[in-house]
Amino acid sequence: MLRIDRASYDAIVAHARRDHPDEACGVVAGPEGSDRPERFIPMLNAARSPTFYEFDSGDLLRLYREMDDRDEVPVVVYHSHTATEAHPSRTDISYASEPFAHYVLVSTREHGDQTGLVGDVVEFRSFRIVDGVVTEEDVDVVESYLFGHSPTTVVYD
Amino acid sequence: MAIEVRIPTILRTHTGGNKVVTGSGETLSALVDDIDGQHPGIKGRLVTDEGKLHRFVNVYVNDEDVRFTGALDTALKDGDSVTILPAVAGG
Repeated sequence: MLRIDRASYDAIVAHARRDHPDEACGVVAGPEGSDRPERFIPMLNAARSPTFYEFDSGDLLRLYREMDDRDEVPVVVYHSHTATEAHPSRTDISYASEPFAHYVLVSTREHGDQTGLVGDVVEFRSFRIVDGVVTEEDVDVVESYLFGHSPTTVVYD
Repeated sequence: MAIEVRIPTILRTHTGGNKVVTGSGETLSALVDDIDGQHPGIKGRLVTDEGKLHRFVNVYVNDEDVRFTGALDTALKDGDSVTILPAVAGG
């Protein structure tokens, strides 16, 4: 299961809407071993394409150096599909190389700017992709990670 | 001659979980052979049967993507740092 806070969820959806009709991409980094996406990092789609995304090679190096310095890992790797469902494509599967990441797919094919409909929807789904095998998982959106913790002492002043 | 090589998560199965390994070689190609001798199987994840770098993988010498510096023929010197990162891409 992917547990993600509302702010990160909303930021991913907003990025996908903004870049439509091109695919949007990025990561949400979190402390190594925590499985908790905390730091939203939108990336430039170097391919600037409605059917492909790719992190720029220089950006990729800077991103991984920075995460390494902070003892972070890419807990979520996200990208959008702009005309098809929010499910990994064959290309997505062939490139997937973070076995511990949650691969988030959003689809903007039915978002308001595209269809003019009031009831606009951006699909948001999460998958594990390990050795070419795709497994969908539940998405639990929490308002804050604080409330997901076991109770600790809270001091109100 | 010692060159530090940073290994991405997906290839650490070949390095006993180590994030960094050390090797030597006058070129990237020689370094990959040296690393493969210590950690068998890693070369096949980086280099195709035709002897080219896989398009799924990015290799950097210091800060330079080797695609722009001669790929596997890129020259190395003592103290260089090599970083391997899988491309983050898809359709």
